[in-house]
Amino acid sequence: MNTMNKITHHLSDQLLIGYSAGTLPEAFNLVVATHLSMCDECRAAAQSFDSIGGALLHDQPTEDLGDAALANTMALIAKGPKIAAAAPTGNDVPDPLSAYIGGGLSDVKWRPIGLGVRQAVLKTSRAATARLLYIPAGAAVPDHGHQGTEMTLVLQGAFVDEEDRFARGDVEVANEDMEHTPIADMGEDCICLAVTDAPLKFNALIPRIAQRFLRI
Amino acid sequence: MRMNLDIAQETGASGRPLAYAVLNSNVSDDQRAYFRAVKQTIPKNIWVDHLKRIQTDQDQQAFAELFGHFAPRVKAFLMKSGAAPGMAEDCTQEVMATLWHKAHLFDPSRASVSTWIFTIARNKNIDALRKQRRPEPEELTWGPEAEPEASDIIVMQQESEQLSQAMKALPGQQRELIEKAYFGDLSHGQIAAETGLPLGTIKSRLRLALSKLRQTMK
Repeated sequence: MNTMNKITHHLSDQLLIGYSAGTLPEAFNLVVATHLSMCDECRAAAQSFDSIGGALLHDQPTEDLGDAALANTMALIAKGPKIAAAAPTGNDVPDPLSAYIGGGLSDVKWRPIGLGVRQAVLKTSRAATARLLYIPAGAAVPDHGHQGTEMTLVLQGAFVDEEDRFARGDVEVANEDMEHTPIADMGEDCICLAVTDAPLKFNALIPRIAQRFLRI
Repeated sequence: MRMNLDIAQETGASGRPLAYAVLNSNVSDDQRAYFRAVKQTIPKNIWVDHLKRIQTDQDQQAFAELFGHFAPRVKAFLMKSGAAPGMAEDCTQEVMATLWHKAHLFDPSRASVSTWIFTIARNKNIDALRKQRRPEPEELTWGPEAEPEASDIIVMQQESEQLSQAMKALPGQQRELIEKAYFGDLSHGQIAAETGLPLGTIKSRLRLALSKLRQTMK
């Protein structure tokens, strides 16, 4: 996917280090991997943080292995590589996301959450939740605050909120002290990948009830 | 990939010569330059050469040497990340087996051997200890024709060495913080935005490598 041009909102070093170290919840790793597929700037940064990991791995005290370790490893090798499922390619979303959808955007099983906005929760570990959001052109996602961290990556179209405008490839990170109302651009329906490590707090009663049923 | 153990053993006994004998037969200039680059970076980047020998000749001797050096480091890394000794031992063997099977994917113009092994060990850690899938960025591949340029390999290996030296020179407290971030003792919320990582120019080198790659992919 060649979408190198106009990305203006990137991943923080903090997130990139977490991704490189492997300490983020799965849902956050998914947003990071999807953004890295679209942004060479951050991909280079992520690889440089991997280099730090390489240096740490190399220059540390060692732990002895059992006497049979090499022989056991040769036996593992002789069994042949574990066959990984073929990665889906050529979809309208980057490969890492496509693996969670099981295809492209047309394969997403959307559920309405009101005002024309639709969502689909993706299956990840429970520490954080990943979901796709479909916001019709010109529509708004209900005003909400956050208990934890929310990351939103734009896959199609664009949205504007109190902070800035976010277009394809851009990432917005919202923290606890931030309440915002994202509104999709008029030109095109907006599709985002959003993850949270805590449930959202909606400011109106109805969405709060809906929240219990819809896992948002 | 099917492994031919007989050939691998022969190669292991004779060590390097088979790999270099190839140089004198029908190989392209690019491959010649590649092997020259690998030779020039010895002894500091001896492990790049080892991986190349595993890659091209299924060289078991090279693998045994690499194993002797890196497996105790991988095990230590996994134990620091929370694995019990038995688990760390098993995972280390799986990491090293993966290294053999994926040797053809190692690109010395984009990472040092340590860095590449770190990523395999980290992914094993997430898979086995944290029981999570690890989403990886979309694969960017050099075309079948395009071997990385020799000069790019040398520069990347030198950058990695410099980074390693700079890490050693860090004040103890700062290095400890970075280790904690990487060995999982800090949650991502606790990682300070500025940990003072001595990244130097490695990021811009990697950025350049990606630009080149995009050019070849067009």
